Amino acid sequence: MIGEGILKGLAETARNFFGSYVNKDRLTTVQFPEERLPQIEATRDFPFLVYDGTDWQQGLRCVSCQICEKECPPKCIYIEKSKDKKPDATGKPQSYPTTFNIDISVCMSCQICVEVCPFDAIKMDVAFELSTDDRFGGLLLNREQLAKSNEYYNKIHPTEAAAVDAAFAEERAKAEAKARQAAEAKAAAAAQTLTPGAGETTRVQ
Amino acid sequence: MSVLTEAPVDLTPSQSDDRTDSQLLEVSMGPQHPSTHGVFRMDVALDGERVVKLKPVFGYLHRNHEKIAETESYLGCMPYTDRLDYICSITNNWAYALAVEKLAGIQVPERAEYLRVITGELTRLQNHAGLVGFLMQDMGASGTPLMYAFREREKILDLFEALTGARMMCNYMRFGGCRVDAPAGWLQQAQKVIDAFPRFLDEFERLLVSNEILMARTQGVGVVSREQAVNAGISGPMARASGVNYDLRKVDKYGIYDRFSFRVPLGENGDVYDRYMLRVLEMRESVEILKQAMRDVPSGPIMDPNTKTRGFRPKAGEAYGRIEGPKGELGFYLISDGSSNPYRFRVRPPSLINLTLLEDMCLGQNVADIVIILGSVDIVLGEVDR
Ligand code: SF4
Ligand code: SF4
Repeated sequence: MIGEGILKGLAETARNFFGSYVNKDRLTTVQFPEERLPQIEATRDFPFLVYDGTDWQQGLRCVSCQICEKECPPKCIYIEKSKDKKPDATGKPQSYPTTFNIDISVCMSCQICVEVCPFDAIKMDVAFELSTDDRFGGLLLNREQLAKSNEYYNKIHPTEAAAVDAAFAEERAKAEAKARQAAEAKAAAAAQTLTPGAGETTRVQ
Repeated sequence: MSVLTEAPVDLTPSQSDDRTDSQLLEVSMGPQHPSTHGVFRMDVALDGERVVKLKPVFGYLHRNHEKIAETESYLGCMPYTDRLDYICSITNNWAYALAVEKLAGIQVPERAEYLRVITGELTRLQNHAGLVGFLMQDMGASGTPLMYAFREREKILDLFEALTGARMMCNYMRFGGCRVDAPAGWLQQAQKVIDAFPRFLDEFERLLVSNEILMARTQGVGVVSREQAVNAGISGPMARASGVNYDLRKVDKYGIYDRFSFRVPLGENGDVYDRYMLRVLEMRESVEILKQAMRDVPSGPIMDPNTKTRGFRPKAGEAYGRIEGPKGELGFYLISDGSSNPYRFRVRPPSLINLTLLEDMCLGQNVADIVIILGSVDIVLGEVDR
């Protein structure tokens, strides 16, 4: 019979329409600004710089090695390296960026900067409501706008951030142990010079 | 082909036409909004409703992909491939990764191969679901079928987001494996989506497959014969709808496709209806592959430990890697001179090559059929223009 296929199709749409009153699966629309879907953990959009502690200028993990600047495919990162040094997350003196700009109108959210950064200093953000009426200045983010705390990082990507924190803690512990060992060795050496002959029994590895 | 230098369409009717008061009408269709079939224009000459000449005009979305790639590192080219066929970024990544792996002789670990098959077949599902929805939209079934298709597609895109961080620009594969492993619970979630997918296919078939309007609009429209398809180098679902038994998953058996049992659906008439049905059938076969892959996926590393992504320099040589993308044979041809950038980077885009028969398909058809013929080719302009 002609028209049978059409009726079959209409029955299907009717099933969906009435089904949407009882079945949540059939009612998939999210009324966006009022309702929001929970954030998926792996989500990424634009990069930001992580800092430890409370002062972003002190805590910035970036050591301005400029690897990300070189590897970024559309070359939207611009870095100027400092002349002086400050202690980094593990206490080693390191350079820091005096300028760190990312033009997010050029950035293509590829995450390659995050992948290549050896210091876990740059990570992907999830903030997406970034529209602005200034398409040049408004989308060129500087160091201050890019800096976000480690707590924020932990909030948006908990699993990943926990792994990074654990690695840092391990590194710090290692550095401390090394420092302690060095101090002990120094003390031992000092003792040795004071009492010659005692060195054979108190050798420190 | 230059738009500016070509002579305008001759609007004088043919001598055999006995009407003296008629003349051809030239219509410029498009460029359309990207959410239809992309920014693509057709200069059509019409005799009444009938198409007598059709000239495709493209290049609106040209981004110089191949030339940019010559200045990028091998790793830096990967995110650009996402933007070729922006519906199927994962299969694009795969084809490029395969080419680089061939170039440098890299082995891919087992688990990564399985993840590639799983994400690749999910990509095929969401591409075909989107395509059949859009095809119905082109035919005038506005909204409903497309929204049903997009509802399913969204579930797969959610999976991609949970795995790779992005819905469409996944940038997932690396030479020698995949970028990240599946997070906890991802495989279970994927299993759920895969198990529920046949339900959508049943629903979609009930909705439309026996619909009389659909049949009247699509059967015998835009026919491509077997010979034409082979001669024009057409691949993918377009070629198979014309009865050409050519599926690279069976021919090349790249990756681990020799481990799965699945059938290759073939069409008979090569018309729009066959191309539509073929995609519906292919989705069923993809679900079969996915079920087998999900059952067998092993644990283990996902990256070849000897391959570094940064500072990657393959030895001088050339390689061509190709896969069966959702749209056809997607190939990357690379020449390396031993430096960190490709010396030559060439994409074989299935969309562009499948599009070459557009005029042959449209001649003699009605003007309203042009849109569905174009829709059934399944093009993405990011890939056509590159
Ligand atoms: S963000 Fe990372 S890679 Fe970039 S300069 Fe800073 S430390 Fe180096
Ligand atoms: S996400 Fe990609 S494009 Fe954006 S700054 Fe990082 S490397 Fe550059």
